[in-house]
Amino acid sequence: MKLVVLAGTPGSGKTSVLVHTIKSLVRNGKKPAVVKVDCLWTDDDQRFAKLDIPVHVGLAKDMCPDHFTIYNTEEMLGWAEDKGADIVLNETAGLCLRCAPYPDECLAICVIDVTTGPNTPLKVGPLLTTADIVVTTKGDLVSQAEREVFRERVLDVNPGCSIVEANGLTGKGAFELAEMISEGPEVHDKMILRYNPPLAICSLCTGETRVARKHHMGVLRQIDGFMEYKGE
Amino acid sequence: MNEELTLTILGGVDKDGVPEPVSSLDICKGEIIGIVGPTGSGKSTLIDDIEQLAQGDTPTGRSVLINGERPDAVIRVDPRKKLVAQLSQKMHFLADMTVRDFLQMHARSRGKGPELVDRVIELANTLTGEPISADHYLTVLSGGQSRSLMTADIAVISDSPVVLIDEIENAGIKKQEALQLLSGEGKIVVVVTHDPVLALMASRRIVIRNGGMVDIITTSSSEQDVCGRIAEVDNWLMSLRETIRKGEVVEELA
Repeated sequence: MKLVVLAGTPGSGKTSVLVHTIKSLVRNGKKPAVVKVDCLWTDDDQRFAKLDIPVHVGLAKDMCPDHFTIYNTEEMLGWAEDKGADIVLNETAGLCLRCAPYPDECLAICVIDVTTGPNTPLKVGPLLTTADIVVTTKGDLVSQAEREVFRERVLDVNPGCSIVEANGLTGKGAFELAEMISEGPEVHDKMILRYNPPLAICSLCTGETRVARKHHMGVLRQIDGFMEYKGE
Repeated sequence: MNEELTLTILGGVDKDGVPEPVSSLDICKGEIIGIVGPTGSGKSTLIDDIEQLAQGDTPTGRSVLINGERPDAVIRVDPRKKLVAQLSQKMHFLADMTVRDFLQMHARSRGKGPELVDRVIELANTLTGEPISADHYLTVLSGGQSRSLMTADIAVISDSPVVLIDEIENAGIKKQEALQLLSGEGKIVVVVTHDPVLALMASRRIVIRNGGMVDIITTSSSEQDVCGRIAEVDNWLMSLRETIRKGEVVEELA
């Protein structure tokens, strides 16, 4: 079984790129299954269902979506195995840029939209810097020079990655991506995360809604950068 | 850069999935070739196939060969090795950077030094009205200024043996100068155009209909004569445009 974790900024075209890539995988005789994780609502499962492959939706609701993805990884792999799949494609909600929900034994793909400008790769963090493949989308909306500058910025923060220029409308890049996925690593048990998540529980997690500083506990950081621990 | 350079386009399918009538086309070093056809017919799609050196992996199913062979993956993606420079129809930059920072970064992506920045700006300013400065933000440049900068950037920084140009006549810049600047010595130039002067300046033109290449027309000597005559008319129109732009009064016809 192979595991692909697809993350990226909201609206970057993850689902469209994935739809084209799945078609390519199926044409190559692979048996992909998709798990789409979102926070509150999604109808992407209907887009995937048209491809006639196993689809599963997970809504994280009150749980952190990345934690939800990680917590349910074994479940996803088991489900895909039952469905006779050989590749699990996990599309994450991709909201918090502090985390990266990539285990070590997956193929980690980060989808990023070129029209957000060449400073974006510097802001995205581990989602981008620990990915194996960076897929750039919407390149048809900018000049070649701008695409090349964007690419250079991606390589600045993740020098070892492969970059695929994709287009969610035409399917450009899907062929290449499907080949890379077919050659991706096999999953074993005892996976570990590539990047450490943020410093744990805070008072918002436990239901605090009052804004005033005196009500907050946990590992806290002031706007001037000073960090402290408040609590028991 | 290779001494010999031939670009071969192997035909794919049109918008209905029917094989296109032109199944193979060779373009040699030094040639300017036009792409003509109604708007929406698929001219830019052909340009895009060439830009990414399609290998049957685009919606048209076309393949592009270099010197008769399938290009390496590295040539397709790494800007340092790229053979193709493209001036697209895009009239604006989206990057929130100064002209200097952007050009420095682009020079770096193409494996070149920052000393080229001033040359790009100088050249761009020969094609446009209000001068561009290195400290301007890209996002405040006008359509004409952006297009001039993109043109000069291709001539100086990208400087690839194959240049693709998409509808330069709509750019609000001096189109014949721009074409001269981009074509350079011994380059392959592919130009999408609705403009009779530019179309007839090419030695051949590919006719596109419904997404497919339907014909290749070689520019005849009488067409070349026509080209010379309309170029005169065109230059006259251009000079009138300049006169009006400068706020001057148009003299009566002599």
